[in-house]
Amino acid sequence: MILMENVSKWYGSFQVLNGCTTSVSKGEVVVVCGPSGSGKSTLIKTVNGLETIQEGKITVEETIVSNRKTNLNQLRSRIGMVFQNFELFPHMSVLENVKLGQMKVLGRADSESENKAKLLLDRVGLADHAAKFPSQLSGGQQQRVAIARGLAMDPIAMLFDEPTSALDPEMINDVLDVMVELANDGMTMMVVTHEMGFAKKVADRVVFMDEGKIIEDATKDDFFGSPRSDRAQQFLSKILSY
Amino acid sequence: MQYNWDWGILFRDPYIWWLVDGLQWTLTIAICAWVIAFCLGSILGIMRTSINPYLRFIGTAYVELFRNVPLLVQLFLWYFVFPELLPEEAGRWVKREMPMPGFTTTVLALGLYTASRLCEQVRSGIEAVGIGQRNAGRAIGLSETKVYIHILLPNAYRIIIAPLTSEFLTIFKNSSLALTIGVIELTGMTRQIEEYTFQGFEAFTAATVIYSLVTFTVMGFMLHLEKRLYVPGMIAAEK
Repeated sequence: MILMENVSKWYGSFQVLNGCTTSVSKGEVVVVCGPSGSGKSTLIKTVNGLETIQEGKITVEETIVSNRKTNLNQLRSRIGMVFQNFELFPHMSVLENVKLGQMKVLGRADSESENKAKLLLDRVGLADHAAKFPSQLSGGQQQRVAIARGLAMDPIAMLFDEPTSALDPEMINDVLDVMVELANDGMTMMVVTHEMGFAKKVADRVVFMDEGKIIEDATKDDFFGSPRSDRAQQFLSKILSY
Repeated sequence: MQYNWDWGILFRDPYIWWLVDGLQWTLTIAICAWVIAFCLGSILGIMRTSINPYLRFIGTAYVELFRNVPLLVQLFLWYFVFPELLPEEAGRWVKREMPMPGFTTTVLALGLYTASRLCEQVRSGIEAVGIGQRNAGRAIGLSETKVYIHILLPNAYRIIIAPLTSEFLTIFKNSSLALTIGVIELTGMTRQIEEYTFQGFEAFTAATVIYSLVTFTVMGFMLHLEKRLYVPGMIAAEK
C-alpha cells in the first residue's frame, strides 16, 4: 500500500535520508526505530508529503506522493497522522478537534461528524471529555484524542510519529493499548517508536534506521531474534538491557 | 512667571466645541487608518508566512519599505510629492477636488505605515502557533487556506491581542501628525485654543486628559476582549 523506493532528502548539504527503500502492505504494522537523528521522523513525514523529497519515489496506493501534480490534500485526508506533541487545536474543544476534518475536508454534515466523533472518543475511552479543551487533558488523553481525530477521516493507513515519547510513563500504556487495538483490527500502520514492547506485540516488520539509511528491514522475529547488522545489535542490546 | 489660570476657558463656548470637534477628527482618523492597517497588515502578515516565495517576498519588501521611512516623511511624501507623480489629470484631481485632502492623506499614510507594523505582529503570531499545528492541519487534509482560517489565524490573533492593543494606541496618538498638513484634530484644536486665548497650560492639559481617557477606554475594551476570547491553556490570556 505504501511503497518507498530509493528515497533521499537533503537539508542543504546534510543528507537526512539516504536511498531508503521499504514498504507497508495493507493491514501490516511496520515499526520504524533507530537512534535519535537517524531520520525516522523525516521518513514517516515523507509518506503524506509533509516533508518533500529530492530523489526517489513514494507511492500510496495508486498515488505518487512525490509527484508535484499530486493533490496532497486529498491524499492526506485518507492517511491519519499522530504527532509526538499531539498537536491538538488548542482553541477547539476535544469534540470540535475530531469534527473539524470531517466537516471541512470531507464535507460531512454537522450531526454526522458529531456522531462519528462521539463514537471514536468513546472508543479511545474519552467520551466524558468531549467538551473539554485540549489543555485540560493529560498528555496521554490528548494523544488518544489525536488518534481519534485521525481515525475520524476513515483513513486507509495511520502514521505515528513517536506517539509516546512526550508522555509520562504512566500514560504511555493507555496510548499503546489504543494502538494495539487498532493493529488487531487490521489497520495499516507505520509507527516510529522506541517502544520495543509494542513492536514485539503487534509489529509485522521492523525497520531499523541509522544516519538516514535503512540498515535493517526484517520481520519482527528476525529483527529481535537475530539482527543481521552490528549497529542494530548494538542498539537492541542498549535499549533492551534494562 | 505671570500666568492667569483660567480652567473655565475649557468649558466656554466655542472652545469646548473645538475640543469636541478635534476629538471627533482624531478618532475618525485613528479608526479609519486602523481599518486599513488591520486588513492590509493581516494580508501581508499571512503573505510573509506563506509557502509561496513570491508572496513572502512581496510581504517582506512592503515591510522594509514602510517600516524604515519615518512616518512624518511618509505623510509629506503622500501629501506633497505623490500628486506630482500621478498623470496630470489624476494629480489635479488629488490636489484640487479630492474631498478632505488632509484627512484622506493622513488616513492613507497612517494606515499604510501601520500596516507594516501589523504585518510583523501577525507574522510573529502565526509563527508562534508553529509548524506543528500547521502540519497537524495539513495532515487531516485541510488546504493551506483552510489551515490559516481554522487553525493558524484564530490562535495567532489570540496570541497578539496585547501588542495589537499597543498598536491601536500608537495609531491613535500618531494621528496628531495630521496637524502638520492642516487637519485640525485634537492637538491642532488645542494649539488653536492656545493661540486664541493664551491659556496654553489649560488647553494642553485638557488634550492630555482627553487622550488618556480614550487610551484607557481602549485598554479596558481590549482586556475585556482578551478575556472573552480566552482559551484554556493559552499563555497570552492566562491571568
